[in-house]
Amino acid sequence: MNIFHDANRKQIANRRVKDKSLHMIFLLATSVGIIALTVLLVDIIIDGWSNLSPDLFTNFPSRKAEDAGMKSGLVGSMYIMLILVPLSFILGVGAAIYLEEYAPKNKLTRLIQLNISTLAGVPSIVYGILGLALFVRMLSLQKSLISGALTMTLLVLPIIIVAAQEAIRAVPRSRRDASFALGATKWQTVSRSVLPSSLPGILTGVILAASRAIGETAPLIIVGASTYVAFLPKSLTDAFTAMPIQIYNWISRPQVAFKDLGASAIIILLAILILLNITAVIIRNKYQKNI
Amino acid sequence: MKSKTIKGFATLVMAAVLVFTAACGNNNNKEANQPSNSNAPAATNSANAPTESTEPEVKLSGEIKIDGSSTVFPVTEAVAEEFRKVHPDVRVPVGVSGTGGGMKQFTAGEIPIANASRPMKDSEAEAAKAAGIEFTQIDVAYDGLSVVVSQQNDFIDHLTVEELTKIFSVEGNAVNWSDIRAEWPSEPIVIFSPGADSGTYDYFAEVVLEDANMKTEGVTFSEDDNTLVTGVAGTPNGIGYFGYAYYEENQDTLKAVPIDGGNGAVAPTFDTIKDGSYTPLSRELYFYVNNAEMARPEVAEFVKFYIENASELAGEVGYVGMPQEAYDEQLAKIDALK
Repeated sequence: MNIFHDANRKQIANRRVKDKSLHMIFLLATSVGIIALTVLLVDIIIDGWSNLSPDLFTNFPSRKAEDAGMKSGLVGSMYIMLILVPLSFILGVGAAIYLEEYAPKNKLTRLIQLNISTLAGVPSIVYGILGLALFVRMLSLQKSLISGALTMTLLVLPIIIVAAQEAIRAVPRSRRDASFALGATKWQTVSRSVLPSSLPGILTGVILAASRAIGETAPLIIVGASTYVAFLPKSLTDAFTAMPIQIYNWISRPQVAFKDLGASAIIILLAILILLNITAVIIRNKYQKNI
Repeated sequence: MKSKTIKGFATLVMAAVLVFTAACGNNNNKEANQPSNSNAPAATNSANAPTESTEPEVKLSGEIKIDGSSTVFPVTEAVAEEFRKVHPDVRVPVGVSGTGGGMKQFTAGEIPIANASRPMKDSEAEAAKAAGIEFTQIDVAYDGLSVVVSQQNDFIDHLTVEELTKIFSVEGNAVNWSDIRAEWPSEPIVIFSPGADSGTYDYFAEVVLEDANMKTEGVTFSEDDNTLVTGVAGTPNGIGYFGYAYYEENQDTLKAVPIDGGNGAVAPTFDTIKDGSYTPLSRELYFYVNNAEMARPEVAEFVKFYIENASELAGEVGYVGMPQEAYDEQLAKIDALK
């Protein structure tokens, strides 16, 4: 008896063709991104590799491309990170713990939740304007390092809260129950059971948020980062600049030498970003093994 | 085994990060702790710095925040860079929030000096008056707005101002180049223009369009002049305009169109911009200084230093220095403020 009628064979062949072609479409979709990224990287490296020199780290900006460096931008970005990471960690994880562990599950909590998720998608320039109104004008912190760092903290806060919430939510209910069964209080449960297990996820979120902040330009320009800064900030209220601002300035100049210098600066920025991301991966792997 | 390798790698990366941070931290300390050392080379440099002023009798310090036009930025940056060699303790951060953005801060009294690529508007002067701020306009250099076409364009030899108006205005109704001059090809006119927020756009619109409106349909606007350069260079029937420096750096791909403002066609060059024969698209670059701030010795010294070195430094960054008499006038204005 012929189990496979001709019609069935045809159907099967059709499905296989469909499967094959979808396979190709998805492969194409993946390669578009990868090819674009590769072209971008190769282009940047060709333009910028030869200019990579210690001068870029030790010199202040200059009108002469051969003397110009981005010491002030590098240090400015680093200071912003030094303020942003601890501050956004404390505020972000605190908010996540409250929302996940303490907050009553009612309409208000759901509204807050919705707002935070929305805030995570708000364009960065809006945070810049908020920072200008709140920190620079209302709190009269002036156009200073601290204004810039606080604005960036606001910018990444929703991202960290969402990431930390996901991580906390992923801790099995049974762990909490076990802890409560031993007579632990809520805080004991959170601090000794929930947080340690969710830490890898939280830290990954924090580092990814930091790497977003380090590449942001628009909000910093609005809160008053200067473009030419030939000194390092010595206090929180000093004027400052940051790497992306320096890069944007160099790229938009007419002289080719500055464009190449911009490419070199981009390589350094990318290297720092990759370093941050590798750190995130390593932290995740390390702690996940221990649990 | 595998987790060990990862652990080792993790330690390595962490160590690298720490070393990096520490290294940078050291640099800061060095600077902060050894002012005597960092002064020594600066003093030697000042001998080479293009300045007429002698060694400062008093050691100046303080901060002079400057903001405003991105067009004037390169000149101010160059001046700030040289000024630092003479007065290493005076901090001069320079920002680029645009002429309008700089004016907003200046008229609110937030900054002592604002760069501007156009004269102050009446509304801005009123804001300053309301805040009780008296100010002085100082001219620093010339920039020749260059109307450019691609090197591949072989039909445009010059344009009159009326033709420019026709090309760039809605009212001109020109679609093809043949609408401008009959003998030109009936190819569409493709326009590249700086964005409406820039002082360059304002100036061009004022001179060329007068009361007419700028075309927006089929026009590529960009805040990045390099985008305009690439656009015009690659479009045989395109036309665009921007500061002289961007044309000067791209002469192999662009042609500057000689402009006839009534006295024959003149192409923008260093000389025609300097002697004023390139009209009407030559514009002055300015900064505004708050008169009250001139009481601060570092501000007074910086402003004087700016004018004394503007001619040479403007040339270095792609602008055109003014004739010496013009600078003398500015110095007289400054002296009157003291």
